[in-house]
Amino acid sequence: MTLNSIPSIDSIWNWLDAIPDPEIPAISLTDLGIIRDVTYEGDTLIVTLTPTYSGCPATSIINLDIETALRSHGIKKLELRRQLSPAWTTDWMTQDGRAKLEKYGIAPPQPSGGPTKCPHCGSQAVEKLSQFGSTPCKSQWRCTACLEPFDYFKCI
Amino acid sequence: MAADREMLFQFLLRMGDNSLILGHRVSEWCGHAPVLEEDIALANTALDLIGQTQFWLGYAAEVQGDNKTADDLAFLRDVWDFRNILLVELPNGDFGQTLMRQFLFDAFQSILLPRLTKSSDSQIAAIAEKANKEVAYHVERSADTVVGLGDGTEESHARMQAALDRLWPYVGEMFASDDVDSAMVAAGIAPDPATLRAEYDALVGQVLTEATLSIPDSDFAHKGGRTGKTHTEHLGHLLTQMQWLQRAYPGATW
Repeated sequence: MTLNSIPSIDSIWNWLDAIPDPEIPAISLTDLGIIRDVTYEGDTLIVTLTPTYSGCPATSIINLDIETALRSHGIKKLELRRQLSPAWTTDWMTQDGRAKLEKYGIAPPQPSGGPTKCPHCGSQAVEKLSQFGSTPCKSQWRCTACLEPFDYFKCI
Repeated sequence: MAADREMLFQFLLRMGDNSLILGHRVSEWCGHAPVLEEDIALANTALDLIGQTQFWLGYAAEVQGDNKTADDLAFLRDVWDFRNILLVELPNGDFGQTLMRQFLFDAFQSILLPRLTKSSDSQIAAIAEKANKEVAYHVERSADTVVGLGDGTEESHARMQAALDRLWPYVGEMFASDDVDSAMVAAGIAPDPATLRAEYDALVGQVLTEATLSIPDSDFAHKGGRTGKTHTEHLGHLLTQMQWLQRAYPGATW
């Protein structure tokens, strides 16, 4: 591969944007805000990631999915780096990602610490069931109007 | 290993072993909790703790050198090499005792970790910054549950008081500082845990008062875990469960 044929950083971001989160496939890895940097060191592509939660089992799948996707686009020299600080925050989730979450039935993170409305019926009559949910990043809530339970993406 | 590296290694083992052993204990509840939401909460808490362990023991292994990994430290050390406090290795008891232990530990972490985010060691600061966000959720939940059960029914109150009476003698060890702590203070890596006691007593006192529970009078403290001098009989039994696969099939991977 000559230097000229190395894919641009923009193309890499576009490819990464097409990789779904393995646990919440409605949003992509870039929507989630966990990819902190994409750069070349020499002819090696460096992708820097930060974990959402320390023990999130999706982390190793995410690494595998990134590697698989980029290799399928012809990237040969690739290194994935983990960066802990600054710690991941839901502030890094894109607006697009928040909208996709809500459409999927998961209330997006809010600075107030709880969902503003039920993602199913839109009612503001919601109550918390548990601070923990089906994945480390979510808590369980229910709507007292339509009575449906739903996930809320915790704000951290 | 140079003396200062050895001290750092010991400090990291204390941090990592606390979260590893408590994480394992809490994971024993998986599929057994009284209600589904609590089962999920316990499993998530255990997961966070095991995740934090990977960072602490990963760094410990790096300091140790010899191409060691976090897995080597978790699965191939014997009882006397563990540096966790005795509190976290105690059996779970009932749900109330598990949550009381969680609260007593979470309260300590919630005071220690914010200070570690200012550590002179950038890796420790980064791990603490990450872990602190998770611990904020843990302590909020364990404190809520301690209040709910303590100030609950006659039965739940009695059980929570019994749990506090049983576990309180294991609280003092968290603050029993030694030469490892002095070395960490001197290097600007970590605070002397003894200096965190007043803040801890204030936080724990406030929650336990709200929970209508009485802190035992005695300040007697069982010690020996964080120095590795004397663990309880329970740690060995825990390790036989946690380590058996790597012991029976050395080097096995997923």
